[in-house]
Amino acid sequence: MTVPATSPWNLRLVRRKATNGLLWVGAVVATAAALLPLGMVLYYVAAQGLSSISLSFFTQLPKPVGEAGGGMANALVGSLILVGLASLIGLPIGLLGGIYLAEFGNGRLGWAIRFTADVLSGVPSIVIGMFVLALVVIPMGGVSAVAGGCALGLMMVPIAMRTTEELVRMVPMSLREGSLALGATHWRTVAKVVMQAAKGGVITGVLLAIARVAGEAAPILFTAGSTQWWNMKVTEGPMSSLPVQIFLYAGSPFEEWHQQAWGGALVLVTMVLILSVAARYATRGRMRIVR
Amino acid sequence: MSVGLRAERSGRRLGRANLSDRVFRWGTMLFALAVIVVIVLLAYELTRSARPTLLHFGWAFPVRSVWDPVHHQFGAWPFLWGTLFSSLLALLIAVPISLGAAVFLAELAPPWLRNPVSFLVELLAAVPSVVYGLWGIFVLVPALRPVEGWLGQRLGFLPLFQGPPYGLGMLAAGLILAIMILPIITAVSREVLLAVPRTQREAAYALGSTHWEALRGPVFRYARAGIIGAIILGLGRALGETMAVTMVIGNTPTTSLSLFSPAYTMPSVLANEFAEATGNLHISALMEIALLLFGVAVLINAIARLLLWSVGRGAPRGVRE
Repeated sequence: MTVPATSPWNLRLVRRKATNGLLWVGAVVATAAALLPLGMVLYYVAAQGLSSISLSFFTQLPKPVGEAGGGMANALVGSLILVGLASLIGLPIGLLGGIYLAEFGNGRLGWAIRFTADVLSGVPSIVIGMFVLALVVIPMGGVSAVAGGCALGLMMVPIAMRTTEELVRMVPMSLREGSLALGATHWRTVAKVVMQAAKGGVITGVLLAIARVAGEAAPILFTAGSTQWWNMKVTEGPMSSLPVQIFLYAGSPFEEWHQQAWGGALVLVTMVLILSVAARYATRGRMRIVR
Repeated sequence: MSVGLRAERSGRRLGRANLSDRVFRWGTMLFALAVIVVIVLLAYELTRSARPTLLHFGWAFPVRSVWDPVHHQFGAWPFLWGTLFSSLLALLIAVPISLGAAVFLAELAPPWLRNPVSFLVELLAAVPSVVYGLWGIFVLVPALRPVEGWLGQRLGFLPLFQGPPYGLGMLAAGLILAIMILPIITAVSREVLLAVPRTQREAAYALGSTHWEALRGPVFRYARAGIIGAIILGLGRALGETMAVTMVIGNTPTTSLSLFSPAYTMPSVLANEFAEATGNLHISALMEIALLLFGVAVLINAIARLLLWSVGRGAPRGVRE
């Protein structure tokens, strides 16, 4: 006697459903396991960092070893200067290159550029640092904020380029055709119509590129260096930054410096998370994130 | 004003417009070409800076296992070993979790849950490397010590679990790396799964398949190349990851099989030794390691991108080549 296919006693069906149940369990457990480290890292950074954050953390220079207090003001300002310089170097190249890829990049050259940009975004950041060291730091005779900005700027180029391309491509063809039909030239069409429509998305790309490089320490370790003092000259002398300072403090044997590292980490993570959320908000899920 | 003159004027204006369009096209092309210039310059500069060791040690450099700056003896084998070991360990941990999460986010989760959870996974990628390193030193490593001790007692007969449980070492590095490459493998495989045509699933469900049966056959077969691409992309990230690994791997040039042993990777030796490098040969040896790393990264990323483009993701809509 055969069991009907739909009967709960059909062993084959039971086995199939059990396998499917395992898939569900596995997928849910895996997702939880993927989110667990995020929760743990954010929790520890908040818990440890909050206790070392005070007004003087934002306004004072680091104190010598052994003295409590002091702040990371120079590293905070240094990070802003470095990211600003990086944006000056990386964003124009990324944005204009992205427009080229979207408007003219369907041929073989466009393919090659797109491919190279994707490969460049996978080059380890420390290698970019070594490259800038050989190309800029050694000829200039020492580390400087400009060299660090170059290294971070180079890292921004592929991200900004591919995001801009993606978003400019999303602008409907009919908008371009409308503008061209009114007699506008191609470049006026792009400048006034296409970019207007793609604005929100391009802002997302810019914010993501900034968020990505703001936390990088490897490329600026030997290009911008670090210092315990103020340095407002961008063309010579070391420029401190939060990521490098966190790295150096964490590796030191002093408890005070460890606390400063946690404080710096909290500030850095807060900045990067705000940028990421803002980037998300600017397009509200209309785009996928280019890596 | 005669008709002829007006026609002539608008003709001239058209000519100008053409010029501005040409400037637009060639101008933006110059900026786009910058990425190719950068890659070529990168290869050139690194090779030029690594010339002394390239000439001195030749092809043996990657497999020589001495690293002795005092006696000018250099070889990259311990660092190559550490990089490969830690990256493969990271893949071993991260791939099952990432694929599970990607399947959940693309196939199983209720629609209202998909976007928020995907965003949280993206945030995991946004946390800077030094912050993972900081967390690794002060939270993960102390927590690993008792675990390593226990594993050493139970499974100490295996070469994987031998040696004193320092906490700092290969296991910590593999775990941190796994956390850091989770988001990219998850996000890219999720996109690959989402790119599988709906009809593939519908057809399987129509034949009475369960979720698992639809996934295993029709969906995975379609997505396979892309998922392999995502994993290779993750491998590329793991090989080049610097700060977090440097902070937890113990930085000792060994080629031990043990998970508990401190080790060294190519990026971390660059981060640690460059500041104190003395002598041309030492600097050149570090530059050659950077060159090796660059070569491997380019190769791996090129393969990953080609695989991803072959399933139609990674390349923007409308570009199929």
